[in-house]
Amino acid sequence: MKKQTFDSKPAGPKPWYDPRVRAIFFQVVAIALVFWGGWVLIDNTLSNMESRGISTGFGFLDESAGFGIIMSLVPYDATMSYGRTFWVGLTNTLLVSAMGVVTATILGFIIGVARLSSNWLVAKVSLAYIEVIRNIPLLLQIFFWYFAVLSSLPSPRQSVDVGGAFFLNNRGLYVPEPVTQDGFGLVWGGILAAIAAVIGIRIWAKRRQLATGAIFPTFKVGVGILFLVPIMSYFLAGQPLEWDLPALKGFNFGGGISIIPELAALWIALSLYTASFIAEIVRSGILSVSKGQTEASKALGLPNGLTLRLVVIPQAMRVIIPPLTSQYLNLVKNSSLATAIGYPDLVAVFMGTTLNQTGQAVEVVAITMAVYLTISLLISLFMNIYNRAVAIKER
Amino acid sequence: MKNAKSIAVGAAMLCGVFTASVASAATTLESVKEKGHLQCGVTSGLPGFSQPDDKGNWTGIDVDTCRAVAAAIFGDAKAVEFTPLTAKERFTALQSGEIDMLSRNTTWTLTRDASLGLNFAGVNYYDGQGFLVNKGIGVDDATQLDGATVCIQAGTTTELNLSDYFRAKGMEYKPIVFDTSEQTVQGFASGRCDVLTSDRSQLAALRSKLSDPDSAKILPNTISKEPLGPVVRQGDDQWFNIVKWVLSVQINAEELGVTSANVDDMLKSDNPNIQRLLGTDGDMGAKLGLPADFGAKAIKQVGNYGEMYDRNVGPDTPLGLERGINALWTEGGVMYAPPVR
Repeated sequence: MKKQTFDSKPAGPKPWYDPRVRAIFFQVVAIALVFWGGWVLIDNTLSNMESRGISTGFGFLDESAGFGIIMSLVPYDATMSYGRTFWVGLTNTLLVSAMGVVTATILGFIIGVARLSSNWLVAKVSLAYIEVIRNIPLLLQIFFWYFAVLSSLPSPRQSVDVGGAFFLNNRGLYVPEPVTQDGFGLVWGGILAAIAAVIGIRIWAKRRQLATGAIFPTFKVGVGILFLVPIMSYFLAGQPLEWDLPALKGFNFGGGISIIPELAALWIALSLYTASFIAEIVRSGILSVSKGQTEASKALGLPNGLTLRLVVIPQAMRVIIPPLTSQYLNLVKNSSLATAIGYPDLVAVFMGTTLNQTGQAVEVVAITMAVYLTISLLISLFMNIYNRAVAIKER
Repeated sequence: MKNAKSIAVGAAMLCGVFTASVASAATTLESVKEKGHLQCGVTSGLPGFSQPDDKGNWTGIDVDTCRAVAAAIFGDAKAVEFTPLTAKERFTALQSGEIDMLSRNTTWTLTRDASLGLNFAGVNYYDGQGFLVNKGIGVDDATQLDGATVCIQAGTTTELNLSDYFRAKGMEYKPIVFDTSEQTVQGFASGRCDVLTSDRSQLAALRSKLSDPDSAKILPNTISKEPLGPVVRQGDDQWFNIVKWVLSVQINAEELGVTSANVDDMLKSDNPNIQRLLGTDGDMGAKLGLPADFGAKAIKQVGNYGEMYDRNVGPDTPLGLERGINALWTEGGVMYAPPVR
């Protein structure tokens, strides 16, 4: 019976007049077109490359590279593979990016706060810094640091010598390298114990402050522990550390750790340039906190430093984080300008020399783009997680 | 239904666009003729090989190699447009069809010939890699360079030869890799490097660019073979033949004593070799898809190989390079072109 009533209902619209059916149909068509278009592009590229005798595939990554690279964080020599040159370039890119992000952030926050200083001179100097640095193209700044500043340092034989341990010349900065001996494990243990102790004290002090209102000098005690415990364990273990001092051998310095001028120029230029943008972001963040917050904090008797640290900055962070993320992404991508001054980053080593020696442009460029995309997405991910932590909690 | 229909039409059109791009284009010769000029890839500035003057006119032995091809096709050596390329960009530019031929002091190697989809159409200069050092470091021979910092241009065979040489000698070095030869010289001049390495023909030119050329010297060692020549895309044999034979005609012309000055008189020559070369006998041009007098036009407007050499890199130019192994085989060199017949 039920079936009958169902049948007797007026017939629904024909399938092609049904909006839901249509919507699904067009979406399927659109997706199919996108996939088909992508497939045609790839197929077209592959068949064209084959007809021109250009080798394809990723087999080249296992071939021996046969060229030298000046700086590498992973072990590398010319007998290793093109795949290894990729890691060398990637780690060099990550190194300069990480160094740049840290210094740009610190510098940017200092200048951003100074820009709002009530001291006329400090505020105007910050303003001048921001306006000069952010309005000059980054590439010119890199060239300036590399060719004008660092190249004018003395030659290796006339190095600036600090105590026979530190040397500065136009080939870089050479510092002694610590070489750990047997028994250094005790020092590592001391360092870890000190960090754990400081964290513990901090938690305890906070609880005590909430309970009793008494303030414990966490900072001073923490610094003391962080220095004293490792030093004591160092002497207890019998000073298990030797220094490898740099020394002039032939044309250049050998031994120690060297910071090549290409890295230094790129690091300085990226830090200063990005810091000028971060400073403006910090300023806008601080100004976004309503004046009443500062006044209320003052009324409670908090000094200027605490007002900034406990009241203004936490609220300003909500405004600062999203544009700050963009600046980090810019810094990482700008680090590819390394190729102009010969710093062996991913673009210079992998997309430069490796691409040219193998000729496999499509594969190499695809890998490089995928790497930058991955790095950028990871930075965005972590910054978004952090942003969620500081964002306004809606309760 | 109307919508579905328009989608179907759109899809069909898209289909057409893609299949059109899949279908191969006309031959290189046809497309060059249609454009009305030859697009030639050269260096962004290397004295003697390809360099623009203050009026934007390109000169150099690589430039003349392109001009000879243009003269052979159009009867006009000026029907060339030049694309300055870095060492890194050059092969991609040729592979992608941005240029018709590459004449950019490019070394002929097996890998490049076999895996880049390119063909080397001969050699217009036999070179070898050498070292330019600062006199201050007191080095007379490349074997004393252990531990040196070396400036190189990116994407060259130089980078690989350097590594091989130092490894074979059990020496160490620190490479500083720059994109262009200008930056490389700047790096060397600023003292960042002890040594600049490149093809010997370039070292003389680069040394002359230094503010104090006497402060640097070229070491006697030659560590590699660098046959430099024009390059074309693989898969168009007609075009490959044209570029190859225009250069061969120029070398043969020098051997037969045909120059840009006497080519008009030579048209009346009864030497059958010269007649075939200049197109007064036989159908050599037609076999290549070119006018019968392509050889005569190329020689008249650009000159034979010897003229090209002397004008750009020879002893009377700032580079002042002796012919050496680039002399004809009849004069103790290795320049030897197959016969035009």
